[in-house]
Amino acid sequence: MRRCLVVDDSRVIRKVARRILEDMRFEIEEAADGLEALQACRRQMPDAILLDWTMPVMSGIDFLKQLRQEPGGDKPTVVFCTTENDVEKIAEALKAGADEYMMKPFDGDILQSKFAEAGLA
Amino acid sequence: MLNEAELALIAREVKTRSGAVLTREMGGAIELRLMPLARREGFGSVHELIAAARIRADSALWNSITDYLAQSDTRFFRDGAAFRRLYTDLIPAALARRGHERIRIWSAACSTGQEAYSVAMQIEEMREAGLNPAAEIVATDFSERLIEKARAGLYTQFEVQRGLPIRKLIAHFEKAGDLWRIDDRMRAAISFSTHNLMKHPGVLGQFDIILLRHVLPSFDLDTRQAVMSRIADALAPQGVILLGEGETIPDCEGLTFSNGIAIRTAARAAA
Repeated sequence: MRRCLVVDDSRVIRKVARRILEDMRFEIEEAADGLEALQACRRQMPDAILLDWTMPVMSGIDFLKQLRQEPGGDKPTVVFCTTENDVEKIAEALKAGADEYMMKPFDGDILQSKFAEAGLA
Repeated sequence: MLNEAELALIAREVKTRSGAVLTREMGGAIELRLMPLARREGFGSVHELIAAARIRADSALWNSITDYLAQSDTRFFRDGAAFRRLYTDLIPAALARRGHERIRIWSAACSTGQEAYSVAMQIEEMREAGLNPAAEIVATDFSERLIEKARAGLYTQFEVQRGLPIRKLIAHFEKAGDLWRIDDRMRAAISFSTHNLMKHPGVLGQFDIILLRHVLPSFDLDTRQAVMSRIADALAPQGVILLGEGETIPDCEGLTFSNGIAIRTAARAAA
């Protein structure tokens, strides 16, 4: 089964995302900030990462930059999931190595659509 | 809740105007979709709206009711495989057939325009790839309300996240307050107009590719056959009709159906 790491400081968002992604047959691991996510990736690289931007300890963008430097860190497909919706922010995320970008609020249809566009259908 | 007589009347009037078949099971959804129209027209309920439509001498209210019940469920790059086929196969084949002439593509029943803009983005990407495709895109819908939205090219954050890859969003759209506006080049690439599939499309001319997707299932068999026959008249020799995922077409003179597309294989009798 494919594994997805859901990184968000909101427990509610993690729960919502988990339900949708489990229906898409992903095994889910959760992290509440970028540092926790990095530690999880060092233990085992997931196939996909759903990533919030603004989080305590380490932001999503800092996590992503770090991840892409790690051994095997180029492998996970990363989909941002954030309230940041400026074109400049989106471009920054893509430059840092994001594969897709989803703006909150979202629903199951949008999440599935974004994962499909990222090649995770 | 709408009663059976009201639903039957709405179904009859809508079928006459747009060809769409409404069923009793859709009653709740019909009422929900007509509530904004009832409010706009100053009525206290959908019942009052229907009563007024029944007694008004002109058919303006029935036209509005049909408009508000128009199919508007669409998304960018809907059925991704169909768009990959357009990009790699159908558009290049049409360009090759036409030589240096411009090809014509018709998004029939385009709703709020996402399908037509998806094609325009593909044409633009072909241009960027150095293919220099000459193409004219025509997009029609019977609903003036939907065509106005399509022409404006303004979409909500939800709409631009359904089917539109993020790189295409930032390449072709700009923020406009809470909405996203597709750029002027994409808007200029498409001629939007109203056209009812119940009428012959003669004025629109002939097309190399016609997108007729997720439209036929809303018609009964007789209407489907009549629509296909009219659409086939607008198809250039060797032109193709691209259908929605899983859709098939009724038998139609001069058309061969295979693998999601109908190909014009023979001349048709004059309409």
